[in-house]
Amino acid sequence: MKKWFKSGTPWIWLNAGAIAVCILMVASIILLIASRGMVYFWPKDVMVADYNEPTQKKVLVVGELQNSKTVPAIVIKEGNENIPVPKDKLEFERYLIKESILKGDKYKIVFRTYLKDFLKSIQYPKNIVVVEQRSGGNFYGYFHAIKQKDSVIDKENIAGSLDKLLDRATELHDQIYEIEKDDIGTINYKKSNLNLEKIKLDFYKEKDIRKYQSLKISEAKLDAENDKLKTKLLSLRQKINRDILVFKTQDNKTFEINLANIIRIYQPNQLSVFGKSILYVEKFWEFLSDDPREANTEGGIFPAILGTVVMVILMTILVTPIGVIGAIYLREYAKQGVLIRIVRISVNNLAGVPSIVFGVFGLGFFVYVLGGSLDVFFYPERVDSNITTFGSPSLMWAALTLALLTLPVVIVATEEGLSRVPRAIREGSLALGATKAETLWRTVLPMASPGMITGLILAIARAAGEVAPLMLVGVVMYSPSPPIDLNPPFLHVDRTFMHLGNHIYGLAFQSPDSEAVQPLVFATAFILVMVIIILNLTAISIRNRLREKYRALEN
Amino acid sequence: MSKDSSKTHSINIGAMREKPNDNTNHIENETVAIEAKNLELYYGDKKALNAINLSIPEKKVTAFIGPSGCGKSTLLRCFNRMNDLVDIARVEGEILLHGNNIYDKSVNVSDLRRKVGMVFQKPNPFPKSIFENVAYGLRIQGTNDKRKLDEVVERSLKSAALWDEVKDRLDDNALGLSGGQQQRLVIARAIAIEPEVLLLDEPASALDPISTLKIEELIYKLKSDYTIVIVTHNMQQAARVSDYTAFMYIGDLIEFSDTNTLFTNPIQKQTEDYITGRYG
Repeated sequence: MKKWFKSGTPWIWLNAGAIAVCILMVASIILLIASRGMVYFWPKDVMVADYNEPTQKKVLVVGELQNSKTVPAIVIKEGNENIPVPKDKLEFERYLIKESILKGDKYKIVFRTYLKDFLKSIQYPKNIVVVEQRSGGNFYGYFHAIKQKDSVIDKENIAGSLDKLLDRATELHDQIYEIEKDDIGTINYKKSNLNLEKIKLDFYKEKDIRKYQSLKISEAKLDAENDKLKTKLLSLRQKINRDILVFKTQDNKTFEINLANIIRIYQPNQLSVFGKSILYVEKFWEFLSDDPREANTEGGIFPAILGTVVMVILMTILVTPIGVIGAIYLREYAKQGVLIRIVRISVNNLAGVPSIVFGVFGLGFFVYVLGGSLDVFFYPERVDSNITTFGSPSLMWAALTLALLTLPVVIVATEEGLSRVPRAIREGSLALGATKAETLWRTVLPMASPGMITGLILAIARAAGEVAPLMLVGVVMYSPSPPIDLNPPFLHVDRTFMHLGNHIYGLAFQSPDSEAVQPLVFATAFILVMVIIILNLTAISIRNRLREKYRALEN
Repeated sequence: MSKDSSKTHSINIGAMREKPNDNTNHIENETVAIEAKNLELYYGDKKALNAINLSIPEKKVTAFIGPSGCGKSTLLRCFNRMNDLVDIARVEGEILLHGNNIYDKSVNVSDLRRKVGMVFQKPNPFPKSIFENVAYGLRIQGTNDKRKLDEVVERSLKSAALWDEVKDRLDDNALGLSGGQQQRLVIARAIAIEPEVLLLDEPASALDPISTLKIEELIYKLKSDYTIVIVTHNMQQAARVSDYTAFMYIGDLIEFSDTNTLFTNPIQKQTEDYITGRYG
């Protein structure tokens, strides 16, 4: 035994064990998130059943089974005393079912739980239809007729003629969306700029009337353009409202849905695995590329992905020069003494400050003090009219706050990279008559660049996952205009933005039905992890290329 | 005497030693390239060089020998002020390069190092292409003309006897060369900026015998154009390549004379002990 210990074998096993635990944890996190999140897009069969709970009215259940849970009988009993619980029964199977329920004159999505024991005569009708609506969520029913302007045009082959009509409606919808979002958005953006100019003219009591006039002319032009677009929209809306789909619900009511409000229609109970896979990919793509709908609980997360990526890139651009230059001074120029040691310790301690503290600092200093003074300095006229430009939380301050948060990582890694450049290389350059600065620029910095990128990789990983400080300095649950669009200057750092981490937080803690959004939370978390991995892989590949290029001398 | 030589770069040179012994070697018919006068160097409180007086003849090979830690590398690094990089190092006395004190305040260290090139013990090519390594010094000086660079790189590599081996792969990374090739590349890099003096700090100690031989042949070839000062551990090497040899011991210059005399007929007992292998 003693010999075995001396041989070092247990030590090797201990090391290998630690690594194994690490890998296992990482793998299980990703696997769990992926598996829980990715099922969200898989089209589920629609179930029809009677629910007959004792002492309750019998109800009809139509919907998609989301998940099933085992619940202790005591919990059920506490919830409803009338439920008979046999002595030997300790737990119940409880289903979570996504239903569409008539509320007023519209069907709304509702998540309800049912005990499996009381669900009777469960069937999966082949011809039941799932309608994904642009507003209102899913609807479950049966085809009844297609109407055009109050006259029924088809009753027999609805599914067949629907494809064409739906394509037309989708195309029209895309046109409308483009006009509303892009064209009218641009006009509004320009108009608000004109308004700001007008405020400026008023503020400085501009005497030159021509300036006012030219403003008015531009405004009139924009209005004319706007009117043109509005008439165009009107005709498009009339066109799109032509077709109406009539459904029969399970309880034999008819319900009409305008084709304009339909994203897609499918009959899950007769789809093959292959058909479901195609639908799965479609829905996943929609999730990645669409704007959120229904208070973020439907639709996609594209603005959040965009916001996260833009914010991280901006953060990288901000933190690199500050961190690298700071590290160069600390390592190359500063006289190593007590003061530099204090500075270094402070920088390292900065890394240990809780991120929310950075958020508070960012709000207090960057947003209010810095942004506020910038506003007063550049736009005194706007301050008077209570319009903030820099003095409110925005992308720029969020990026700056995170740059501050990740500064220590970049400084430490850059210093490490600089210290690893062999002395012989520096001396070789100096001996050729290069000054210290020339040596730094031409030789030392390129050779230290892999170290700097290592710092950036760590910074990106930290920044992309940070939520708490962002909530104070610029992140919002829903932002109407993305930080990048086609209006100059294209990148709008003074806007608020959406962020995947915050999106997850919002879904998990602030939606009315936390049970219902759970898969969405996992799916979003999975995308967040993927975004971080992709950002990191990009940085790592750059680093590896630099490493190969500036492969230092051995030893 | 040394005063005279500094003024006239005159004929009668030698290491002038007042202390601890008074051996004066007369090296005749040589022009002085570098002259150290009462040179002392301290690392903090520790004295590393003790009142060195020495004249290095132009376009000859001068070797410094002595046991490890005797200060020969330190002395060499005084000639291009490499010791400036060591924070705690402090130099007293003078070193005259063609009569001008290189420790004068008005001296631009970068200019000095352009005139006094240096090659280190371990080959230290930059992680760049072979071409860029040789062109480095010129680029620092602001030369970016491709034709001029091509010309200088070719000439330098030819003088360093490396051209034939690398002419087809000038764009390859210099780190892919063998140790001996790297050391010749570093020499080519140093002579590309046409220095007056070339300092070699044990240039062959990390190389195999064949590469060492090539470096020695190269030194022999280069001495017609450059003043060469070489530090070596290897007494045979000093005997083979140098015209003059200085023997140092614990910060003192014990003896300096032409190589033949020093190895066959040393004046100092310490020198004799060292070259006959009794210590060191």
